[in-house]
Amino acid sequence: MILEIAYFAWVRDRMGVADETVDLPANVTHVGALVAWLAARDGRGQVAFAEPQRIRAAIDGVMMGHDAPLAGAREVALFPPVTGG
Amino acid sequence: MIRVAVQPAAIDIAAELDLHDAGGHGASASFIGRVRGDGDLTELFLDHHPAMTTAGLADLAHAAADRWHLSALTLIHRVGAMAPGETIVFILASSPHRAEALAACEFLIDRLKTDVMLWKRETFADGRVQWVEPREGDEARAEKWSR
Repeated sequence: MILEIAYFAWVRDRMGVADETVDLPANVTHVGALVAWLAARDGRGQVAFAEPQRIRAAIDGVMMGHDAPLAGAREVALFPPVTGG
Repeated sequence: MIRVAVQPAAIDIAAELDLHDAGGHGASASFIGRVRGDGDLTELFLDHHPAMTTAGLADLAHAAADRWHLSALTLIHRVGAMAPGETIVFILASSPHRAEALAACEFLIDRLKTDVMLWKRETFADGRVQWVEPREGDEARAEKWSR
């Protein structure tokens, strides 16, 4: 499955890119599995996603939990807890 | 009137107040958040999502307008690089009654800190750069509005 991934704040710094297109293996079916797959893929992912509980996600513009399915998703955003205001 | 903006430009507070003054509203309450110059901070940078940050502010503004009787509401957040003393966020809630304007203002700043896609990065005089960590108290303050 082809998926666009966008990174923000320190997740983007650690990944070294703002976004990328990936071809997901069939067993990566939900957000949590995507985070684990990115962590295992290379050194940058390992650093960016060392603490999965600190990662928040949005699928096609809607905030979602780690158990959210990726089926039908076009873009997933991965980012730290927000700190605006 | 509900006015929401996410902008790199400085916030013209006088102009924003004028928009509410012209409405003849009974009460206006405001919140202004500024960049603190703690610990030799030289720059505060606000990262954001090109679509979701504005959508998140609009969702909050409509939630406030549903919850309280507001006659006008302005919610503006800056993004990009800012210097100490500059305004980061401006909230202005107008209502026939002060209690509703004040409550809406407090609700908006509390929820904005936990619900909207914005991230602060600090740069200090000695060259250190760090992303700001969320405060535990912020989560508790935002949570109280869902009770």
